[in-house]
Amino acid sequence: MASRVSEQHIDPWQLIAEHQAAHRQNGQFGAAASFIGTMRDFSERQNLSKMTLEHYPAMTGQYLEKLEQEAREQWPLQDCLIVHRVGDIYPGDAIVIIACWSAHRRAALDACNWLIEELKYRAPFWKQEFNPEGAHWVEENTNGHSSN
Amino acid sequence: MSIQVKFFASLREKIGKAEVELATASNAGDAWAQATDNAPRPDNVLVAINLDYAKFDSVVKDGDEVAFFPPVTGG
Repeated sequence: MASRVSEQHIDPWQLIAEHQAAHRQNGQFGAAASFIGTMRDFSERQNLSKMTLEHYPAMTGQYLEKLEQEAREQWPLQDCLIVHRVGDIYPGDAIVIIACWSAHRRAALDACNWLIEELKYRAPFWKQEFNPEGAHWVEENTNGHSSN
Repeated sequence: MSIQVKFFASLREKIGKAEVELATASNAGDAWAQATDNAPRPDNVLVAINLDYAKFDSVVKDGDEVAFFPPVTGG
């Protein structure tokens, strides 16, 4: 199991490369799929300068583990990495990393897609955006299972 | 023993408190009513009991943690 929350800045490419080097043996996996969510400086509001990600610490830890477990039950994954930021985040910063490794491409791609959509729908994180007009809570995520 | 009630994100700001301790509560809806002094409950409020999603008619027992929060917006 490799799912966690980070209060510190994360470098997604470095984390994925380090995880693969530490846990996967060359020749044993045929596919790696990843999703990296990054903060923009716009949403429904413009000129965002910062975002604060709040979470429900005890529940998020449990939920990320549960999502990884459910993905492993649905697809023949060899490995999985989920890291989600909390705290203050700035435009260009990574918010979330999901990476899946499998023997064949379909399992890694489908599991990665399912994990990000489930995470956005179920894991207890909340975004508060800041721009020159003040602070605003993001009210809901778009439904990526059927659109976007 | 008691029941711990927690509020998160915009709901915490709206209710004006992060945590409330109750002596007893019959279900999650009752915990909301007691902890918020009968504040109206927005339609989209989610509830978790002991870290698992629950319903407002889910039974609450002594020692439980009941959390109320708005729709999640991570990722």
